[in-house]
Amino acid sequence: MIEISNVSHNIDGAPILSDVSLTIPRGGITALIGPNGAGKSTLLSLIARLVRLQSGVITVDGADVTTTPTDTLARKLSILRQDNSVAARLTVADLVGFGRYPHHKGRPAPEDHALVDHALEMMGLTQLRDRFLDELSGGQRQRAYVAMVLAQDTDYVLLDEPLNNLDMKHAREMMERLKAAASQGKSFVIVVHDINFAAAYADLIVALKDGRVHSLGTPAEIVTRPKLGEVFDLDIVVETVGGHPLALHQIAPPPQTGT
Amino acid sequence: MKSPALHMLLALTSLVIMAALSLMIGASDMNLGAVIRGEGDDTLILLASRIPRTLAIILTGVSMAISGLIFQMLTRNKFVEPATAGTAESAGLGLLIAIAFFPAAPLLAKMSIAALCAIAGTLLFLRILDRLPPHEPLLVPLVGLMLGGVIGAVATFFAYQADLLQYLGIWTTGEFSGVLRGRYELLWITGILALIGYLYADQFSIMGMGRDVSITLGLDHRTVMWIGLIIVSVTTAVVVVTVGAIPFLGLIVPNIVSRIMGDNLRAAVPWAASLGAGALLLCDIIGRVIRQPYEIPIGTIFGVVGAAVFLYLLLGRQSHAVR
Repeated sequence: MIEISNVSHNIDGAPILSDVSLTIPRGGITALIGPNGAGKSTLLSLIARLVRLQSGVITVDGADVTTTPTDTLARKLSILRQDNSVAARLTVADLVGFGRYPHHKGRPAPEDHALVDHALEMMGLTQLRDRFLDELSGGQRQRAYVAMVLAQDTDYVLLDEPLNNLDMKHAREMMERLKAAASQGKSFVIVVHDINFAAAYADLIVALKDGRVHSLGTPAEIVTRPKLGEVFDLDIVVETVGGHPLALHQIAPPPQTGT
Repeated sequence: MKSPALHMLLALTSLVIMAALSLMIGASDMNLGAVIRGEGDDTLILLASRIPRTLAIILTGVSMAISGLIFQMLTRNKFVEPATAGTAESAGLGLLIAIAFFPAAPLLAKMSIAALCAIAGTLLFLRILDRLPPHEPLLVPLVGLMLGGVIGAVATFFAYQADLLQYLGIWTTGEFSGVLRGRYELLWITGILALIGYLYADQFSIMGMGRDVSITLGLDHRTVMWIGLIIVSVTTAVVVVTVGAIPFLGLIVPNIVSRIMGDNLRAAVPWAASLGAGALLLCDIIGRVIRQPYEIPIGTIFGVVGAAVFLYLLLGRQSHAVR
């Protein structure tokens, strides 16, 4: 369980998060949605101790992220940031292998190699394992980063836009794999832009707006025309297809007649 | 790439051959048979001059190459090395201060002052680096060269005032002709530092992936930064004090290794070490043979050979990208 209590954050005097309190349950997929600048990425960075907490408390399974030793947290929680510019020339297998570093500290055991192989396979990268990252396409590289985070094998995995650069096939496959891992007890907190991925795969959706938690609930509760209208300041038609709410955000709603 | 072990064996074999050549070549004739029979001055030449010189070259090559590799990981910039970050110039300034104010101090003490100045200069460089826009990688070595220029100018002015200019020339151009038994042993410190660098190879590789990734992987970012900083600065200071700076060794060798092997330092460090030592040995042999019995400074030879190799690499990369 990730508990966020009274977290506020300013960058150069501009409020990014204002008094956010939120409990993210253990197990399952939690999706953070909201317009640009709502504070989603900042919240993830604060949970993952990449940015120093200015006020409030965040605990992960009871461990305070500001006081718990960083290498202890590294075995509990991992994060993939949105802007990955790993300039180092590493092969895919090297990169994913470093995901095991918090566990083996430089002396990989057979079990570490097995987990790396497994992560590579999960992301469909086994064929590409000896390729350098700068020789890959954007989507392949993105899968390599996700594989690295999965190899870290932490209970909590924070992913900021994991579907970046992925084509439809790989995007769906990735979500299916996260869902499968979540059903085995892993907890994922993901920021997704495509609201329909959140609607289809998340167990809990947290909508952020202007640095505050606007609302939270199941996809059926959040992905509705009135809620989305408030969060995104946009009139979005929501249909139900195969039991899932489906937001038709690409299309402007037909003009209402008779009013 | 089929068998890295075989390639490493080949590299080490050629290194041994070059080291043997380096022992044989010199201004005075030396005969291995005579050494074995214990005749004449040959044993003395071997022990007092040839072996120290060869060891000094190997230690310098190994440690400067590894320092460059580590420095590039810490700054995440392929163009950074002690000569493009103000480190070497700061070490020179420190040594100058030591000679001017504590002329009677032992060499080890003078070297320590040089090392402290090198650390301070490198810290200053890293502070400036934090303020540079991250998407302008070429700005980093430019600013580093400028910083080095400013520190170098201060040192020159100071040396001019204190009438120590001739020393400055010695420290800024690496030279192994003056290496004798008793005058190179400090270099073993660089060997130890290079070994420590290898022990921290994984940490430095992770640093090369950036701050966020290193925190996520549970690395104590500050501590590893300091360890790297000290390895690079002290190595540079020792090399400057004993044989003089060899500019661009720490730039060219790691870049060649990175192109071929990648930046996983666990694998790259042994290659950088052998290539660094091999390149210096070769340049030193060329410098000694080309106009015997005179010598051409190793820095000159290295500059010519290194620049050619580096240009080839840069252009080769370009045509590769176009295809």
